[in-house]
Amino acid sequence: MEIKIQKKVLEANETEAEKNRKFFKKENVFVLNMMSSPGSGKTETLCKTLTRLMPGIRAGVIVGDICTTNDADRLVKTGARVIQINTDQFGGDCHLSAPLVMDSARKIGCEDIDLLIVENIGNLVCPAEFDIGEDSRAVVLSVTEGEDKPLKYPLMFRVADVAILNKIDLLPYLDVDRNLAVDNMKKVHPHLPVFEMSAKTEEGYEPWLDWLKIKVFEKTGKGL
Amino acid sequence: MHEMGIAEQLVQIALDAIPKDIKNPKVDIIHLKIGKLASVVEHSLTFCFEIITKDTALENARLEIDFVPVRVHCKSCDHSWEVTGPVFQCPFCKDGDVEMISGREIEIISLELEETP
Repeated sequence: MEIKIQKKVLEANETEAEKNRKFFKKENVFVLNMMSSPGSGKTETLCKTLTRLMPGIRAGVIVGDICTTNDADRLVKTGARVIQINTDQFGGDCHLSAPLVMDSARKIGCEDIDLLIVENIGNLVCPAEFDIGEDSRAVVLSVTEGEDKPLKYPLMFRVADVAILNKIDLLPYLDVDRNLAVDNMKKVHPHLPVFEMSAKTEEGYEPWLDWLKIKVFEKTGKGL
Repeated sequence: MHEMGIAEQLVQIALDAIPKDIKNPKVDIIHLKIGKLASVVEHSLTFCFEIITKDTALENARLEIDFVPVRVHCKSCDHSWEVTGPVFQCPFCKDGDVEMISGREIEIISLELEETP
């Protein structure tokens, strides 16, 4: 006997993600899902970004890691409200799911913030598959990872709305072709905005900050 | 890496779909549709599925996967094509605003239950 089903396997997560999206709309907060491989400089990028944006834009951060509160400890110094999710309590998951993000968003309290950044688990594969109810997805690639990563992990660069090419201050010491890295991102996603910058020296930061400020303003009417 | 999560969702949907009035149901085959761009590794999915279906109606069921090609459409010049590598640039207009038609699905299509004598 055959039983027809025809259902998305990740429907449960997608339903929760839609609920999150409605909640974030009601709370008038712009949500950015930040993804990358481990060690690309997401946390440093965020620390510098938040320091430059606040207090004009009031921000909160949900940080996902399998273990430790190291990232949250660094981010809290920026003055942003920070909450850490450790997925080892949930089986060491490789991504954040929509219900986990909602639990943290409620704990952090979204009523008096304009920007909520979700720093996803360091992984270029799994987080791309899970909608968390965000408004935009950012992917961070550092020059030390090599130019070919967008071609090796195409889904991540396809689903991203914006990309950061980080650690450009290290280019003089590396055999990496910066233009090729950007070209590879554009091969996977032709209209992807790419910001080439260094979280450490803050070179190239302004265009990225402008992009983010405009996105926050477009949704919330705040920050410009 | 997230195949365990996918297998858990899949098992939940499959178990819920089995009619309650069937005594000792046994599922032979689960038909799935998975896009080639979805980050699902068949071997990992099967492995996780086998582990979590022990002592359930799905134990020893086979996963039959229909892999869906990645097809995209260029909104600028209206050309549609199948993508076989990680390049999503329109071969005609070389730029274009490219949207996905297929290739990201992770769907459960149907179950085949073992016929009871």
